[in-house]
Amino acid sequence: MLSEDDVKHIAKLARLKLSDEEIKKFSGQLSGIFKYVEQLDEVNTDGLEETSQVTGLKNVTQADEISTKCDGNALLLCSPLPKERKQILVKSVIKTE
Amino acid sequence: MDIKDLTIDKVHDGLVGKKFSCLELTNSFLEKAKNENEKLNIYITITDKEALKQAKIVDDKISTGEEISVLDGVPCAIKDLINTKGVLSTSASKILSNFVPPYDATVVKKLRDLGMVMIGKTNLDEFACGGSTEYSYFGPTRNPYNPDYTAGGSSGGSAAAVAAGTCLYSLGTDTGGSIREPASFCGVAGLKVTYGRVSRSGITALASSLDTVGPFAKNVRDIAHIMNAIAGRDVNDSTTPDVSVPNYVKNLDNDIKNLKIGVPKEYFDEGIDSEVKASVEAAIKKLEGQGARIETVSLPMTKYAIAVYYIVMPAELSANLARYDSIRFGLKPENAGESLEDYYFNSRGEGFGDEIKRRIMIGTYVLSAGYYDAYYKKAQKVRTKIIEEFNNVFKKVDVLIGPTVPGPAFKLGEKLNDPLQMYLVDSLTVPMNIAGVPALNVPCGMTSSGLPIGMQIIGPQFSEDKLLNIGNIYEKL
Repeated sequence: MLSEDDVKHIAKLARLKLSDEEIKKFSGQLSGIFKYVEQLDEVNTDGLEETSQVTGLKNVTQADEISTKCDGNALLLCSPLPKERKQILVKSVIKTE
Repeated sequence: MDIKDLTIDKVHDGLVGKKFSCLELTNSFLEKAKNENEKLNIYITITDKEALKQAKIVDDKISTGEEISVLDGVPCAIKDLINTKGVLSTSASKILSNFVPPYDATVVKKLRDLGMVMIGKTNLDEFACGGSTEYSYFGPTRNPYNPDYTAGGSSGGSAAAVAAGTCLYSLGTDTGGSIREPASFCGVAGLKVTYGRVSRSGITALASSLDTVGPFAKNVRDIAHIMNAIAGRDVNDSTTPDVSVPNYVKNLDNDIKNLKIGVPKEYFDEGIDSEVKASVEAAIKKLEGQGARIETVSLPMTKYAIAVYYIVMPAELSANLARYDSIRFGLKPENAGESLEDYYFNSRGEGFGDEIKRRIMIGTYVLSAGYYDAYYKKAQKVRTKIIEEFNNVFKKVDVLIGPTVPGPAFKLGEKLNDPLQMYLVDSLTVPMNIAGVPALNVPCGMTSSGLPIGMQIIGPQFSEDKLLNIGNIYEKL
């Protein structure tokens, strides 16, 4: 069961601003989904390895060479924020006293 | 000109034989696309100018006697989470609603090099999350067979684009059924490839251990042509293994005598629509008539696939979607807030739809301290068990056949307020993504109310040529 406080906490971790109605709605819906996935507890997985990659590839390496030519200015144009000296201007991270 | 019965081969012959020019062809398809789009909301963007420019290049090649590829001038549609240089690519999300990528996805580049004529960018569920295209920021795509019904999803636009005759092939992505389910609902062929068979570079990531890219077309032979163009290793996608790429068109007509087809009894359990069941069983009978041997098999782990999926997928999604903060790209929030942190909260709160927020939160929760072992680790172990089950069954049979979806297309709005019901639509498509194996949807009948039914042919990893061979034989019966 996921309480509204739980939802608020997760939303904070995920950097999502939610309205009060959203918090209420998601609390019910997410609880239902978590109840459903709990059926995995029935499966005996003793001694099994976890799978995170299915074709057996491991540590794929290659020379660190630029293979995609992409213009820096074109990339900067994707940003909705002001630019200064070829950098994106964001609000300050550390508050000044 | 009449474009209804065209196929890739017919277009190629028509262009080479100068029965029509590429400009005429493109104009006909653009007109059709615009008409159908008004009724069905297939495209987010129709790319007239681009298409006509590309058509002109093909016509010029033909007039100078240059040899053209089989895909030169063939009209296609591209799912809107696949990057197309200089053309809006929104992933059907508000947060990317102004995004014009400065580079092409590898698959787009490959098709462009072969003379692709792109009619437009197709609608999808936001970030490919959904099974009905109803979660698109740009509104739902409607089913060409009955506009009160969904086209399926998440690649609903790409499936409907082919079914409505607005292009000859399209690209979609399949993470849990997003190619096969809409292909089934719209009555077209659609291939979910082996994990890593087709490059994902330049495509918005949903769940990195599950995502695949693949084609839709009117028939299996056309799918094979597209596979010849897009399959293979890509240095820009380290998950594409160096496995040789066969000529997918070459073996399409091989006979299927002594082919061993497994029929998983769990795929026909209660919960399967009776008309779907009857159609798929009839299709299997037809293949038996061609000399295939039919064997009932059991895959008891099938029922746990959705539970595994709704842990692994949101976990990977929540990490992948962390990059959307409207700083380097994306839509600036209406309320930018006071601090950088406010900006993050507001851009994501305003920019993501409900389903994305739900999945980000599920993923964030299952990866958070104290829950990781109970959810994520457990799911990854059950995943191993599902894979073992597929490996074992493919020691006994060559392929599996079953329904693609438990039922035909559902009505718009029918499952919108119950996310779990929406998730369960994918119960027969998700297991193949979990195991990374390929599966081909082939239309195999219609319901009494006139909606398409699809079956899927499933094989071991990198057996796409075999699946296409069987699908092609079936189509001709």
